[in-house]
Amino acid sequence: MVLGVAPLLSINTLYTVYFYSANALTGLMWISIIPLVTIAFLLTYLHKYTWHKLDNNKPLHISIIAAAVLVFLFIPLIFLTNINLMLFPEKWGTIKGFVSALTLPNVFPRYLHFICASMAVTGLFLFWYVGRKKYAFESYFHTLTRYDIKKKAYSLTFAMSLFQFMIGPIVLLTLPSKGVKWNLILVIFSGAVIALPAMYQMWKAITGPPENIDRHYGKVIIAMTITVLFMGSGRHIYRANALAPHKKLMAAKTAEFEKISAEARLHPPVEDENPVEIDSSLGGAAKGAAIFQSNCSACHKPHEKLVGPPMTEMANIYHDNEMGLKSWIKAPGKKRAGYPQMPGFPQLSEADLNELTKYILSIK
Amino acid sequence: MAVGFIPYITWLEQRGVRMSGTSQITNPVWDDMVYRKMKVAFIITTTLGAMTGVGIWFSAALISPSSIGSLIRVFYFAWFVEWLTFVTEVVLIMIYFLTWKNANTTLKSKLRHIRFGWFLSIFSWITMAIIVSILGFMMDPGNWNKHHSLLNGFTNPIYLPQLFFRTPAAMVLGGIFGMLLTTIFAKKHTAERSIALKSASKWILLWAPVALVAAYIYYHAMPEAMRFNMSTAVGTIEFSQYYKLLSYIIPGTVSLVVIVSIWALLRPRSIRFVIVLVPCLAAFGFLGIFERVREFIRKPYVIGGYMYSNLLREEDYPLYKRDGILKYATYANTAEITAENKLAAGRDVFMLSCSRCHTTNGINSIVEVFERIYGAGKPLDENSMEAYIPNMHNGRTYMPPFPGNKKELKALATYIRHLQLSGEALGGAQTEGVTVNPQNNIQAAEELMKTNEKTMADNELNK
Repeated sequence: MVLGVAPLLSINTLYTVYFYSANALTGLMWISIIPLVTIAFLLTYLHKYTWHKLDNNKPLHISIIAAAVLVFLFIPLIFLTNINLMLFPEKWGTIKGFVSALTLPNVFPRYLHFICASMAVTGLFLFWYVGRKKYAFESYFHTLTRYDIKKKAYSLTFAMSLFQFMIGPIVLLTLPSKGVKWNLILVIFSGAVIALPAMYQMWKAITGPPENIDRHYGKVIIAMTITVLFMGSGRHIYRANALAPHKKLMAAKTAEFEKISAEARLHPPVEDENPVEIDSSLGGAAKGAAIFQSNCSACHKPHEKLVGPPMTEMANIYHDNEMGLKSWIKAPGKKRAGYPQMPGFPQLSEADLNELTKYILSIK
Repeated sequence: MAVGFIPYITWLEQRGVRMSGTSQITNPVWDDMVYRKMKVAFIITTTLGAMTGVGIWFSAALISPSSIGSLIRVFYFAWFVEWLTFVTEVVLIMIYFLTWKNANTTLKSKLRHIRFGWFLSIFSWITMAIIVSILGFMMDPGNWNKHHSLLNGFTNPIYLPQLFFRTPAAMVLGGIFGMLLTTIFAKKHTAERSIALKSASKWILLWAPVALVAAYIYYHAMPEAMRFNMSTAVGTIEFSQYYKLLSYIIPGTVSLVVIVSIWALLRPRSIRFVIVLVPCLAAFGFLGIFERVREFIRKPYVIGGYMYSNLLREEDYPLYKRDGILKYATYANTAEITAENKLAAGRDVFMLSCSRCHTTNGINSIVEVFERIYGAGKPLDENSMEAYIPNMHNGRTYMPPFPGNKKELKALATYIRHLQLSGEALGGAQTEGVTVNPQNNIQAAEELMKTNEKTMADNELNK
């Protein structure tokens, strides 16, 4: 899982808008990957560390790992649904949550394809793991031999790879045609061809004499790795093919937006409504009135209570204490019951404060 | 946690070797206890720890896609390196824990194992040092517009203070957690238990004063605007509770941890699980509040001077004020406001400019916020809200300014009043889906492309 962060990061960077939109559309299910993976790992540890304690209760012990397996099997489905959804910006307007995203074509073939590939890799891994010299095989297994397990592991990989040859075309056929181009077909086909000799070697190893089972393991690994690389590139090519037209349209829209945004910055809109009413008799208090309008008028009116008390009241209290009014505005406290506390205005400059208080105290 | 706990464990493992008799490699009782502690740390770091690290990616991309999208472009390689060290760290923790028992066969391999523990500790610290650069960068106001560079993450003025604070804080946390585990794994009335408790105390008492000094320096290194935010934020009930709590919790937690440490140092035999549990929980809780405060004081920005916490860029505000935000939104039901669609438009405006922080009728709901100003239960007055919203950022400095135009402001006020009356809930894209703005759909983009191409072709002809 931790290993997955880098691909996640790179997808984030390469397909930001597409990936994030798909995430948001399946939000709850997408975020639930985190607790699900945590739970699955905790269950696996529970299984491991209760191996001896639950010797007499095998059903319970097996249920624990079975639960973990079910959770682990569900997680890729969420991932694949998201990655699939990301490829179809034209469908986003019709998707209503995770279940609805599941019904897009290609989700389940893709899922099967992925699970089979994981099983095939697991087979190859087990083959290597039990074959290591340092591995104390005899102290763990009493009825099975190394050969038995290697043969089973190889058979698993072989069967799964064979199955892939059937699912692969289905995955390809259910992909919406917008991304299927000759470059994709070529890469996928080459990948499949490279897997063929490896399949042949595995078949010979499984059916041949036990002492020959290890003979071509290295070659099998190399061929299968190349196949995986080709298939991975295939996925990337499809993604690029499928999203290229939409990306182009978006780039045009973005450029247009940046242009008009820059224009608007050069000619900012004039706030013409609610002009500050300046009483001509106020004279020098006009600037203070404007400051009042933008900072205080939402909560204070001249003669009546709004959120805070009317201004005539302030003028009354502070008529001979301008300093007091100023420091109150900068950092107010809680004074009366029934009124919410006023927020402070530390950002007002000393000059602005002077104008403001001059205006407030001039109100009659 | 790895930053503070791993060096603490390694230190204990080393002490085990020193405590052993001449014929032994290490003190077996002691070593088994330290091993069990590491087992807990192993399970936590490889499940919860690893997942919360990854989880941040999932949740940040869901909650704040535009800011993560911007940051990731500048910090891609920092994150990549961070990922490499993190993966290495997890692998090293696995090796460190899984080879523990095998290393106990010879003195040479035991010493190698201990060296490995120190190496791992340094690695964990490097991971943190990189992450702090990204955090520091986000908090450094104005810098985004001047320097879009990775280097700036490390040279900004809060980097060193933050790193300097996090290091001892992690050590104290590791120590108190270790003390808690001692009370579980070490048998009562054994010499090992007393020694282990005393060790944890010394560890904590060594780091706690450093943490306090570092906290003081860190607080004063924070940008002026952000410290302002801390005090002005007292104005909202929501935050004032946290703010006041903070001034009790920090010294409270630290002194609680220190008191328990001194107690354990003097009377190790009387220490019980419950006694350590309280300061341990308090220390972890303090960490949670610390993270929350850090997130809060960044406001009104999510990236200082560049992007507001509603994920709109500051530089696009003149355009939004002129033409409105609905016109340029990708997802909106209406672009032109009429009497019939006013409510739907208001909902879109709410979705675009308020819903990152406010719900309709849930936590920090917009209705509740206005009722706090105008009186609970009283009908909200649309005119007052219309007068208040364009000016709110002056009084409430953590609020971004309202981005839209007058018509949108009116629609929003109508929608908020409607919310108060109906108690309606607003479902997100994950349940309700989205409506693509008719002015910004694929068709509109195709037409734009055609016009662009035509203009280009005309220009060519004119040449």
